[in-house]
Amino acid sequence: MRIAIIDTSTTRAAIISDGLREAGLDDLVLIDPAGPLVAQVEAAKPEVVLINLENPSRDLLEDFFAMSRALARPIAMFVDQSDAEVTGAAIDAGVSAYVVDGLSKQRIKPVVELAVRRFQAFSRLQRELDDAKNALAERAVIDKAKAILMKRREVDEPAAYALLRGQAMRTNRRISEIAEAIVTSEALMGDME
Amino acid sequence: MTAERFRIGFLPLVDAALPILAHELGFAAREGVAIELVRDMTWATVRDRLLYGHTDAAHMIAPLAIATALGRDRPAVPLAVPFVLGLNGNAVTFSTALARAVGLGGALGDPAAIGAALRTVAATRKAAGKPLRFGVVHRYSSHNYMLRYWLAGVGVRPDSDVEIVVTSPPFAADALAAGEVDGICVGEPWNSIAVDRGVGHIALATAQIWRRGVEKVLAMREETIDERRDAVEALLRALHAAAAHFVARRTAEESADILARPEYLDASRDAVLRAITDRVRVEPGGAPIHYADFMFQYREAANFPWRSQAAWLYSQMVRWDDIGFAPGDAATAAAVFRPDIYRAALAGSGAPLPGASSKLEGGLDEPIGAGSTQGRLMLGSDRFFDGRAFDPDDIEAYLAELP
Repeated sequence: MRIAIIDTSTTRAAIISDGLREAGLDDLVLIDPAGPLVAQVEAAKPEVVLINLENPSRDLLEDFFAMSRALARPIAMFVDQSDAEVTGAAIDAGVSAYVVDGLSKQRIKPVVELAVRRFQAFSRLQRELDDAKNALAERAVIDKAKAILMKRREVDEPAAYALLRGQAMRTNRRISEIAEAIVTSEALMGDME
Repeated sequence: MTAERFRIGFLPLVDAALPILAHELGFAAREGVAIELVRDMTWATVRDRLLYGHTDAAHMIAPLAIATALGRDRPAVPLAVPFVLGLNGNAVTFSTALARAVGLGGALGDPAAIGAALRTVAATRKAAGKPLRFGVVHRYSSHNYMLRYWLAGVGVRPDSDVEIVVTSPPFAADALAAGEVDGICVGEPWNSIAVDRGVGHIALATAQIWRRGVEKVLAMREETIDERRDAVEALLRALHAAAAHFVARRTAEESADILARPEYLDASRDAVLRAITDRVRVEPGGAPIHYADFMFQYREAANFPWRSQAAWLYSQMVRWDDIGFAPGDAATAAAVFRPDIYRAALAGSGAPLPGASSKLEGGLDEPIGAGSTQGRLMLGSDRFFDGRAFDPDDIEAYLAELP
């Protein structure tokens, strides 16, 4: 069963194809998002097409599928009432699937379910990455604020951190917010003395 | 009272104005409705979000609502259209090369004359093995049907004399610039943006093809109307109030400010303002000219969902998809439009309410008073460029007469 993957994120496309390969589905075609879409899909002759929901080329692709009704094995929409649950989950995850007419539901379902899990995994990874980036940025600000306090108040590092922490607790704010305020005010007023 | 919440999907187009303004200017809040707008880049995604409950309603190209209800390309899902979001507002724009070949001037020309010149160019290009190619926004769009209606009417056969492909509006100017298409039929501000970028020349406003052509609609799942009837009616009143505000000349600047914002159209404010005020810059470097009713709202009960409009769209679906006329399909298509909900929502408001739910489309040469159950209703000329009229009760005869 040949599966074409169209995704504006090449990272996500790689994550999906890895997952499909692990499941033994290795007849995969990754469509280059920078190249001509329809020509690539036409040449690949896929039986299943997976595309991210928000891909800007979906109207174009659906038009091509509608035109392909003239072909021997036209591509139809996957959406089927009996599979509304699977399709709903796919839409929620941000993936959209199309299959050729006549492909059995038992064969499609695991592919879509796997794609959904991989999309969700990608979202989770991205969230974790964002969190990690934020945490790193917070750490940097806190270090800067500590250095400012150490210099201004002539205290050591643990004492500077204690000052930050104490202020955060008293005002019910995050340490990073206090640190940011210190760094900002230092930038604005640091050389006023 | 907690506000009834409606998530409404939309594409960044000027005719998404009513839900956006209803939200921004408090018309929704006044009716106890909260609108949350969900922006997308393709109609496929707008449709999928509506069908699977990510949204409660959608700004949608009218034929797509009918195609979805009829189950074209996918299992049918009953959709309802209780409100039309606007008439026309689209244009046919040629590449600068095609504009030169056809001899377009600095004003909007005569559809028949431009068509005759286009026929010659189309024949030459076809003979050279490189037929003209036009981009429309979607297979099931009024743009596709308007363009095809005009082409066929001037003797250029779509699909055999010229190619028609799908081009997403935000990429339409790029496609013209790259020579991927020779012309586009898209909504504003995308024609104006192509002109401003120097890659396009506006040939026709779609209002020249059909003076009162139905364009975007508010589409919902039918079950939403059944389950949330009072809230839906409140939403329609909010949209109607937004429409009254939108057509007042003094509000144009403010509306353009709001619509151009990054979270809505994310487009040139000037291009948006031109579309709202019916001014069209036809050619690069030219001064905008005024074309009355380029985009039509509110007046003449323009937001009323006439079943005959849905029937006309169905007739074009039969014509171009070659699916054969079926009385059952015709009835399903016409029933997507819900004048009953519109009337119920606006009863007692003073807004003109048509007595009939269906009319002869393209039958009026000049303004005429029409029967109404409330208010005074005037209907303006609604001519097709070729003078044909569409009788929704005899679609087969109409189809038989079309070229």
